[in-house]
Amino acid sequence: MKQTENHSRFIEEMKERSGQDPACCLQCAKCSAACPVSAVMDLLPHQVIRYLQLGFTDEACKSKTPWVCASCFTCAARCPRDLDLARMMEGIRLVALRRREGNRLNPGELTPEQLKQLPQQALVSGFRKYTK
Amino acid sequence: MSLAQNRPKTEAATAGMEAAAQDRAWEPLIVAFCCNWCSYAGGDLAGTSRMQYPSNIKVIRVPCSSRMNPLFILRAFQRGADGVLVAGCHPGDCHYSTGNYLVRRRLSAFKRLIEFAGLEPERFEVRWISSSEGDKFSEVMREMTAAIKALGPNGKLRDGRWRKIT
Amino acid sequence: MPRVGVFICWCGTNIAGTVDIETVVETARNFPGVVHTADYRYLCSEIGQDLIKEAIKNEKLEQVVVGTCSPRMHESTFRKAVAEAGLNPFLLEVANLREHCSWVHQDKTEATAKAIALLRAAAAKAVLNAPLIAPRLDVEKRALVIGGGIAGIQAALDIAEAGYPVDVVEREPSIGGRMAQLEKTFPTLDCAACILTPKMVEAAQHPQINLLTYSEVEEVKGFVGQFDVKIRQKARAIDATKCTGCGVCYEKCPTKTESEFEMGLAKRKAIYVPFPQAVPNVPVIDRDNCLYFRKGRCRICEKECPPQAVYFEQQDQILERRYGAIVVATGFDQLNPVEYGEYAYGQHPDVLTSLEFERFFNAAGPTGGKVVRLSDGKPPRNVVFIQCVGSRDKARGMNYCSKICCMFTAKQAILLKEKVPEARSYVFYIDVRTAGKGYEEFQRRAAEQYGVAYLRGQVGKVFPDGDRLTVKGVDSLSGKTIEIQADMVVLAAASVARGDAAQVGRVIGINSDQYHFFNEAHPKLKPVETHTAGIFIAGACQAPKDIPDSVAQASAAAVKAVGLLAKEKLQGEACTARVDQSGCSGCLYCEAVCPYGAISAVQIEEHFRGEKLTRIVAEVNAALCQGCGSCTVACRSGSINLQGYTNAQILAEVDAICL
Repeated sequence: MKQTENHSRFIEEMKERSGQDPACCLQCAKCSAACPVSAVMDLLPHQVIRYLQLGFTDEACKSKTPWVCASCFTCAARCPRDLDLARMMEGIRLVALRRREGNRLNPGELTPEQLKQLPQQALVSGFRKYTK
Repeated sequence: MSLAQNRPKTEAATAGMEAAAQDRAWEPLIVAFCCNWCSYAGGDLAGTSRMQYPSNIKVIRVPCSSRMNPLFILRAFQRGADGVLVAGCHPGDCHYSTGNYLVRRRLSAFKRLIEFAGLEPERFEVRWISSSEGDKFSEVMREMTAAIKALGPNGKLRDGRWRKIT
Repeated sequence: MPRVGVFICWCGTNIAGTVDIETVVETARNFPGVVHTADYRYLCSEIGQDLIKEAIKNEKLEQVVVGTCSPRMHESTFRKAVAEAGLNPFLLEVANLREHCSWVHQDKTEATAKAIALLRAAAAKAVLNAPLIAPRLDVEKRALVIGGGIAGIQAALDIAEAGYPVDVVEREPSIGGRMAQLEKTFPTLDCAACILTPKMVEAAQHPQINLLTYSEVEEVKGFVGQFDVKIRQKARAIDATKCTGCGVCYEKCPTKTESEFEMGLAKRKAIYVPFPQAVPNVPVIDRDNCLYFRKGRCRICEKECPPQAVYFEQQDQILERRYGAIVVATGFDQLNPVEYGEYAYGQHPDVLTSLEFERFFNAAGPTGGKVVRLSDGKPPRNVVFIQCVGSRDKARGMNYCSKICCMFTAKQAILLKEKVPEARSYVFYIDVRTAGKGYEEFQRRAAEQYGVAYLRGQVGKVFPDGDRLTVKGVDSLSGKTIEIQADMVVLAAASVARGDAAQVGRVIGINSDQYHFFNEAHPKLKPVETHTAGIFIAGACQAPKDIPDSVAQASAAAVKAVGLLAKEKLQGEACTARVDQSGCSGCLYCEAVCPYGAISAVQIEEHFRGEKLTRIVAEVNAALCQGCGSCTVACRSGSINLQGYTNAQILAEVDAICL
């Protein structure tokens, strides 16, 4: 795996958005152990942070993990280095959306049935999470 | 000869004018009285750890913060200090057991007095810094310098006969 | 105007790198009184010191100013040098051009200007320095050791062997400390009691050692060489001179309560010895639980005691004694991990701390030496050890590493395998730290020979699942989540300072850091001294450490104490307060503020206009004065001044620094 070009810019932007520094993580993996949705992640949360530490920011973005993250904050509550991992995942999502991809969810994609059945909260959070 | 030429200029104006004449920004002078056992040692630790702080701070060592006679602080302002800091051990940890309790009371009263006399309260501060708090020492010095810079040169409580050597 | 010599040190490049030495020397030539200036690369070296001594002789210098590192570093070095040249050692002033200047500023112009200001202040003070003689103080040739664990015992033995009497104060009914609670010690797997008890007995029987168990230090006054200490010997309610240690009393006692020694996992009686090998082997009555003290009933122990040693009316005794030196060895606690709710500690009986688990291995422990689950008494199949509970934790615990956990976890996993061969151990770790002699080899044995599974990762949650515990963790090396059905979970909780360490420190007169471990005078070069002369520290009360380091530190502290006790006289404080009786009105405000009781009222006679008058004035006892200067500010007439830091000197420093 090669380090992504301009990976330090990605990290800086992510640090600014989330207020957290991935360099502080000592890879104890308690966050991954605590994460309730880790079973459906391809990379464990601590591994995503490891990729950031090593400069493989493209691979970190391509992984499913930041998108599967439910923002339950268990990881943040358990981290012994006082890092807010949930915010870091949010940081990755924001930088990924704004730089590279475009929105991951378009209003047109939802059927009228879905719009009627989904609670307001889910719609708001969904757009918050998956769009710029 | 106009009267304006004869009117004694304030120290602050002089300092500002002198600085302008020499084409450099005005830098405050802050005198820090530190007790030998805690705060001075904390300063040493800041030095050993190479924690940087502005050179506006000049330290005078005293055996205990309770050695601090308010007249020393007044003298510093009279002689041109823009800020004065007194640093001692945390209450309860004084090397001489009760010194910092005495100075705490004495200097709280003194601070009220000089405020009453018209001095900005931020110009005189008291801080408790232990010998293991090198980071706190440098942090306090940086904060104090920034605060005094924001206040500008001090013109009050000046001894008009005193002139700086430049 | 006295003849002043100024000497600037380059300190290699430490000062010279940021301060323009040439400019400083040039400017110093014009300071009032300066007749000689010089600079040298390493002023504290022999050549540097000779430079100063030669100049004193040749230039007939009367005052010396040095611009060097912190006075806390080398003031005594230069005072000695100056004294060797025939000048009073207090005719020397140090300007701190390193720790307070060259090391904290980067701009050369600014640093040089500041160095000049600091030097000018030192020179202004030096001009007013007067020769001072330090008083010679008596040394009480007896030492006090506070704490009777392995460190305290070792220190006491070393001091006693050097020929000095030593009192050991221990708050528990027996000496032995944490080591007595251990079954085996790493890396030798020595039986802890087998190596500790001979030392305990040696301490009890040594003619120079006086054990004061079930006692606490209440007050420490005085200073080095003359510490006046009050020790409360709590009433055991047993006459120790009659007690034979037969044990009938605690056999017959009807009341049971939780045993502190067994970490609350087993019961003891209200009259008890904490463990069978207790020294002294004299029980204690726990007044909070004893039926007689609570309700006036029972008294069975008194009836049954053959030598009739039970004595309910016994009162606490206060012992007041003077000591020349004190060694503090008060030990540590293990963190209560109840805040780590994810580990279910306190919610399930089979989740334990390592100290609790350790008791399982001991034949006299809560399970009779068998490793069985507290929930159902069955032996465990899977035991999960979680390291770093509360250590290396900025968020909820201690930011430091507790040093001993990797080793004692490996030890407990090995002991478990020996007791329950079918059991499987899993250790969740962040790092394995095995820095001592034989330590790495020991941990490898656990992993390779004893089949302990080491998983690099942490545990997210432990929760009861039927009659077992589900442990959800991660192995970060393989990137896989791990789920273990465990029968027991052992938490390697952090080593922390004792709950009352800060208060104890205040009573004794020593400082502690943010974790309440006692502060050493210098982290590298003075690990057993404190900033209070005459008080030394040893063992885990200074920082987490294992037994070999505790013993080493205890011996180091003992040697420092002995070095002090061996002196004929100690040099006291030279910078003492002095009263100018002509101005003193006898108000005695100074006496009220002196922390050392060094000031007293005296009557003097004066002749005034042909009449003889007597009046009261203050007088300072220079042997007691420690030189804080509180009196100088309390004095309304300015009649009391502090030699070495006189009012005139400090004002001169202010004037010079503001120039």
